[in-house]
Amino acid sequence: MEGLSVVAANLKVFLQPSQSNNLSLAIFRELSALLFKYHDEFDGVLLAYNVHAPENKGRILPGVHPFIAVRLEAKLLVFSPKPGMLLEGKVVKVTEESTIHVIVLGFSSAVITDEDIRNEFKYKTKHGQGLYVNRSNRKHVIKAGTLIRFIVKSMNEETLHIYGSLKPANTGSIKILENSSEYTNTESVTINSTPNKRRRREEVAQMTEHGGFVKDAPSHNNYDREIKKSRRS
Amino acid sequence: MGVEVATNYAKMEEDISFTDSQLVYSFRLALKSVSSGDTESYSKLVDVMNPSGRLAPDEAALLLTSTKALSGAVADIDDLHHEKLLKAIFNLSLWNFGPDVIDALLELIVLLAASNGKHVDSCLDMLVSNFTPPNKVLDMLKQPRGLDKKERVLPRVHAALKNISELVPMAASRLSSIVLEQMPWKSKRNVDQWSMKRQLIYVENMFKLESGAIREFVGANMLKDVMIVLRDLDVAIGWDDILHDDSSKGVFMIELEDENYADGDEYADEDGKLPSTLSETSLSKNLTAELLDSLMVQTFEHLESSVSNKRLSEVFDTLLSSFKDTVLNTYKSKFTQFVMFYACALDPEHCGTEFASELIDMFVGGHNPLTRMSAVAYLASFLARGKFLPPAFVASYLGRLVDWCWQYCVMHDGDMNPKLHQVFYSGCQAMMYILCFRMRLMVEIPLLKSQLFCMPIDKIFKHKLDPLKVCLPSIVEEFLKQAKAARLFTSSKTFVFEDLLVSNLSRDFGGLERLDMFFPFDPCLLKNADRSFIRPNYVYWKYVRTTYHEDIDDDDEEDGSDGEVEGVTEFDDDMEEVIISRSYGDNDLEMDEFDYAMNKMSITPRNNSSAGLRMPSRIRPSMSPESL
Repeated sequence: MEGLSVVAANLKVFLQPSQSNNLSLAIFRELSALLFKYHDEFDGVLLAYNVHAPENKGRILPGVHPFIAVRLEAKLLVFSPKPGMLLEGKVVKVTEESTIHVIVLGFSSAVITDEDIRNEFKYKTKHGQGLYVNRSNRKHVIKAGTLIRFIVKSMNEETLHIYGSLKPANTGSIKILENSSEYTNTESVTINSTPNKRRRREEVAQMTEHGGFVKDAPSHNNYDREIKKSRRS
Repeated sequence: MGVEVATNYAKMEEDISFTDSQLVYSFRLALKSVSSGDTESYSKLVDVMNPSGRLAPDEAALLLTSTKALSGAVADIDDLHHEKLLKAIFNLSLWNFGPDVIDALLELIVLLAASNGKHVDSCLDMLVSNFTPPNKVLDMLKQPRGLDKKERVLPRVHAALKNISELVPMAASRLSSIVLEQMPWKSKRNVDQWSMKRQLIYVENMFKLESGAIREFVGANMLKDVMIVLRDLDVAIGWDDILHDDSSKGVFMIELEDENYADGDEYADEDGKLPSTLSETSLSKNLTAELLDSLMVQTFEHLESSVSNKRLSEVFDTLLSSFKDTVLNTYKSKFTQFVMFYACALDPEHCGTEFASELIDMFVGGHNPLTRMSAVAYLASFLARGKFLPPAFVASYLGRLVDWCWQYCVMHDGDMNPKLHQVFYSGCQAMMYILCFRMRLMVEIPLLKSQLFCMPIDKIFKHKLDPLKVCLPSIVEEFLKQAKAARLFTSSKTFVFEDLLVSNLSRDFGGLERLDMFFPFDPCLLKNADRSFIRPNYVYWKYVRTTYHEDIDDDDEEDGSDGEVEGVTEFDDDMEEVIISRSYGDNDLEMDEFDYAMNKMSITPRNNSSAGLRMPSRIRPSMSPESL
């Protein structure tokens, strides 16, 4: 899952005089007010923080309202999905109009419309609820409760709403993807008999990290071609 | 399903019946074409979603199918190009439609909110605005037809709210502020019939949210907002303005006649009328009071349902923190605090203990003197008036209070100074107040009696700080009488009851807010709230057995049959202070109904001395068992 990062930040908090009897509580309150909101400064959504005040004291600012300025050093967990990143989330609903609603990290809602789902997924209705079944692998099912991996198309920073896509081949139900990638990893190792297996695996790992496909895996290439075909038509 | 739709969508005129997907497709085309300037089909769509007046069956069917088709096209609705359509959708009132249209509309709203984050607020706004029905329905809410509509709409709206928060987790955090914004009655507004009805059903919805599926996220805020509304209404009832006479010592009336029974002409008593000030403020004519009364009843009912859901302790936690924030320091609050009273009555062991502990901790360990004095006043009133509190409970908190007062005496070797030691004096007054109500009970139980006699009470009163001179004279007098009768003090000679005239010293320690006369749990004057909920749990001064009266028949105590036949004590008319009267004996037995007595321990305002000393004394054969 991409998009999560831990950043170190120097912050300054301004506290009201009335909170001077319990400064640490006041600091936590100030920082907690920033949680789950997008901040330009961090270029992402603040999810968690770990903070301490290096000086252990604050300065009282002169003025009509003598606020107390406290310098802080913090480690922040920031979520900043960018277009093209791979995210993981849980499907909460597959609507009749074939839209998939996903929730990422428990707080951000994502939507994948049917236009953004690759053609090999077919929409079906079973027992009153909608689901997507992969034509090539009938076990690959996406329905309410499935954990899926998808690509970010765009994100609305105000509402923390993500538009996603299941077009690329390395997206879909995580369980199936994990199983198949294990399969393809071992395959690639045996087919390409390189002396240094570790180096191979590292290369593979690097490629997935950068969001690309595992080019060596033969099965993925097939998908590639299929997509290109459908695009042409 | 293929439905026959009488289409005005000109493009598809040849075909009469469409499949669902075709309809959705045509809607999506219509929506997409707006950005390129072609608004013909779009305008027709807007017209369909703007129904006016009563819907004929085919119009309703049209609306139903259009809504369902729109649900399929939500992804193509954007706020920029389709403003009119969105406005039309969000203006719809669900109360006008049948169940299937309501379902379809709610499905559309939920999908709209989930598909695009920008719509979330408007969708929530629309749902919350459907908490209250249009005026026509508002009128008939109590009738079966209105109740049906309510049952049809409200559960569905709450289900839709739950669905939205499942699909869009952050929506729940927006909901509390939206609910607060759309409240029908806000402070400083006048109450009229319409706003009253709307407010009542709105608060009903707020309670539903508090106990519903998304209570984790919004429940606490709902409770807090309701408490704020109650307090604002309470403060808006200008009781103090009317009764409070600056020139007199001020009035505290413990027991008050409630003349406002609907059934009660028979209760009009010629002899002992209420002081005219009271009847002028007859609360039944006051719409604000009526609204507060109904809201309090709703709150009590909600508390009762929390008990059956086993949720009372978490509800109480929120109530307690809200109480500390909004009610504790609002001295004009007269009835709102009874929410806490009733909650404690429902669960004395946990809630009662928590409440009393919190109050005494605030008194002993607080920083702000006004808050401390307020807290001890609440504690005293609570311990005195809570019928559900066992004597041992009262004794233990009294013990802590006495200990603190004695420690204070030891540490401060100063002279009497009302302003400087105001917290101490308020503590002493609280002590005496509690004992006025409970001394007899405590003395009757040997263990508590010995506890009581071990407390350094007389040492406190003999101390230089001299609380007896500073505290409110009526309370001091009553307390001394009872203490004498119970032989609480070793040498009662020291405490000869001097003719205490108007004591300005109590005003000094009470300060601007007159905390010396602050008895928060004085009888609740709201008719419905009091009658059904508070009264069974409340100790009336009239029924308190004091240490100095003699029971005629000690054996009858347990039966509680005839209740008290108490002696009568009256004071001279000239003394504008304490008038203590007791209910009379058998001679005046007039009514069999259970009713209030006039005040027993009161200071009549100077102006109304003509109202007479003789407060109406109607016998109520005391049906309520004593607070044992």
